[in-house]
Amino acid sequence: MTEGLLPTDEPIQLIDPAGSRTVTTTFDLPDRETLTALYRAMVSGRRFDAQVTALTRQGRLAVYPSSRGQEACQTGTALALRPQDWLFPTYRDSVAVVTRGIDPMDVLVSFRGDWHCGYDPRQHRTAPQCTPLATNTLHAVGLAHAARLKNEDTVAVVLLGDGATSEGDTHEALNFAAVWKAPVVFVVQNNGYAISVPLHRQTAAPSLAHKGIGYGIRSFRVDGNDAAAVYATVSAAVSAAAAGAGPVLIEAVTYRMEAHTNADDATRYRQDDEVAHWLERDPLRRLATFLGLKGSEFDDEAELLAADVRTRAGTDASPSPESLFEHVYAERPVMLERQMVDALDLPAGGRSGVEGLEEDGRGTR
Amino acid sequence: MSTVAQPVTATESSARQSVTLAGALNRALGDALEADERVVVFGEDVGPLGGVFRVTDGLAARFGESRVWDSPLAESGIVGTAIGMAMNGLRPVVEMQFDAFAYPAFEQITSHLAKMRNRTSGRVGLPVVVRIPYGGGIGGVEHHCDSSEVYYTHTAGLRVVTCATPADGYRLLRQAIDSPDPVIFLEPKRRYWSKETAELTVDGPALHEARVVRPGRDVTVIAYGGMLATALEAAEMGRAEGYDLEVVDLRSLNPFDDDTVTASVRRTGRAVVVHEAAGFCGYGAEVAARLTEQCFHHLAAPILRVTGLDIPYPPPKLEAHHLPNADRILDAVARLQWEDEPGA
Repeated sequence: MTEGLLPTDEPIQLIDPAGSRTVTTTFDLPDRETLTALYRAMVSGRRFDAQVTALTRQGRLAVYPSSRGQEACQTGTALALRPQDWLFPTYRDSVAVVTRGIDPMDVLVSFRGDWHCGYDPRQHRTAPQCTPLATNTLHAVGLAHAARLKNEDTVAVVLLGDGATSEGDTHEALNFAAVWKAPVVFVVQNNGYAISVPLHRQTAAPSLAHKGIGYGIRSFRVDGNDAAAVYATVSAAVSAAAAGAGPVLIEAVTYRMEAHTNADDATRYRQDDEVAHWLERDPLRRLATFLGLKGSEFDDEAELLAADVRTRAGTDASPSPESLFEHVYAERPVMLERQMVDALDLPAGGRSGVEGLEEDGRGTR
Repeated sequence: MSTVAQPVTATESSARQSVTLAGALNRALGDALEADERVVVFGEDVGPLGGVFRVTDGLAARFGESRVWDSPLAESGIVGTAIGMAMNGLRPVVEMQFDAFAYPAFEQITSHLAKMRNRTSGRVGLPVVVRIPYGGGIGGVEHHCDSSEVYYTHTAGLRVVTCATPADGYRLLRQAIDSPDPVIFLEPKRRYWSKETAELTVDGPALHEARVVRPGRDVTVIAYGGMLATALEAAEMGRAEGYDLEVVDLRSLNPFDDDTVTASVRRTGRAVVVHEAAGFCGYGAEVAARLTEQCFHHLAAPILRVTGLDIPYPPPKLEAHHLPNADRILDAVARLQWEDEPGA
């Protein structure tokens, strides 16, 4: 009755922290080409993250939640998706979004404060990075269920954090997904902290993956700093969901190396030796060692990416105040049209089709 | 879609017929499901049971469970998954069982349903209709009678509409389902069983338009939802007292149809706004403020509000004290600073 629903005692690991092959039978090791692609994406992702963090310190961005330390989770998930699948990322998943192929400057639109989302979700099959916790889990379930109703071969993969597992929407999403057998994969990046609150104050469950059994969902616990293991597990989950086996819950055990955001001070709630422990488990060095790489193979490419971000972030976008009144509704209601004319002191004579404007050119609102 | 719907009888909805509001809404859902295979209906008990108010009666049997189905009991889940479905091209119509039971969905409605189009610069619109039976007057117990409209009207990006009569309920619901925007569709429970003989058609005032239901010379009474019939009752009673009341049904609470309402108030020079919800920070406050700003020089008296009391919704045996009735509307009318006889 419960067969296959519980995670293994030890997190799934294909490559150990020292860079050696772990003896495991759960999933096959991805081929060298895939592992190299994972490593390359992690190098780019880390460099992107460092560059954006630096730009934030310089005041070029309003805020930035760093992905450093979680590159294996984010690239392993993003690269496991097929082109027709959808990704539902959170605010901390910029590296996953960049790995999905979205222009880094479009990713930074929201963090720069230019608009709330800078890319086309439909074009990239990537939802806007979600700020409220866990609400995106339900969007993923709905999208996946719609895909099933339409006989589309599409899986929705949703990223969430350990803190989000306490939210009611996570419960509802797991339950809906299981009841509907929706092709959706939940990837929980357990980085140990919800801002400052450690996991043991968040849950009394044996692990976050153990939560799946209560919903009848197959669950896996994976070493989130092992890109090979994350990729293999998410890939298997996507295949299973696509084949009609229903949803999968994956807990990826990782660590947030930086503070919650640039506005946070992590020294107030965690110790240096804990950070040092996780530095030993660095996802990039582990995979480089396994692949026999020097670690500098993709540095030039990453440096080009960083330089491009630096250059383009050096120019301030100047969003138009008129854009405030766009896309509130499919068509601008008359009352909003009048408020815009009034607020922006626009000449009514220069605008056609605005009824009810006073002759002096000011709106009535 | 895997389900092939039965052929519709085209004349079914177009001939004049005696129909309740619940029946008209049921007809609207059936016709919308028939007209557009992207439309799906789900929520709590909306399948074989047909909804606790029977608004979805027979739809699951007619269209199959891939079009009309029972969801798990969780309102945030219902709206949240509807958002995902709309992102993938469907047009979900979901039901919240009662007004106060919609509150678990508040975050999904206000933070995502309302904002996705704006957040994505128009790239992802969410044509979702959230049907909410609302309001009192049915002797319901706690949590079953809230007038929750301003929680939604205060959120830009949502269209918020209320229906008051069977024929307009049919029209509004069809229009709401066809809208590219998310619509909060408020159904006055106390009028579910009121009947009207009418032709059910989408023609008539558009989704965002108010309508003058009863023309009059002296006072504009502005009402919506369950209070429209009360306002019309006041107009009938007022005739005996010498008042000729014009009654406007707002229909769309957001956006607000300034043009129709201000035209009426400029004609009559006096206005009373009626709603069941508490008056403090209620919808009538916005209406009174807008009309004062736009019609100040036409007004012969301050705009008055006739509303529910500023209290939690009372138990059934006391709700009559809370809810506006025709007498209270006429009391307000009498206080509109009449220097001369009404109509002079």
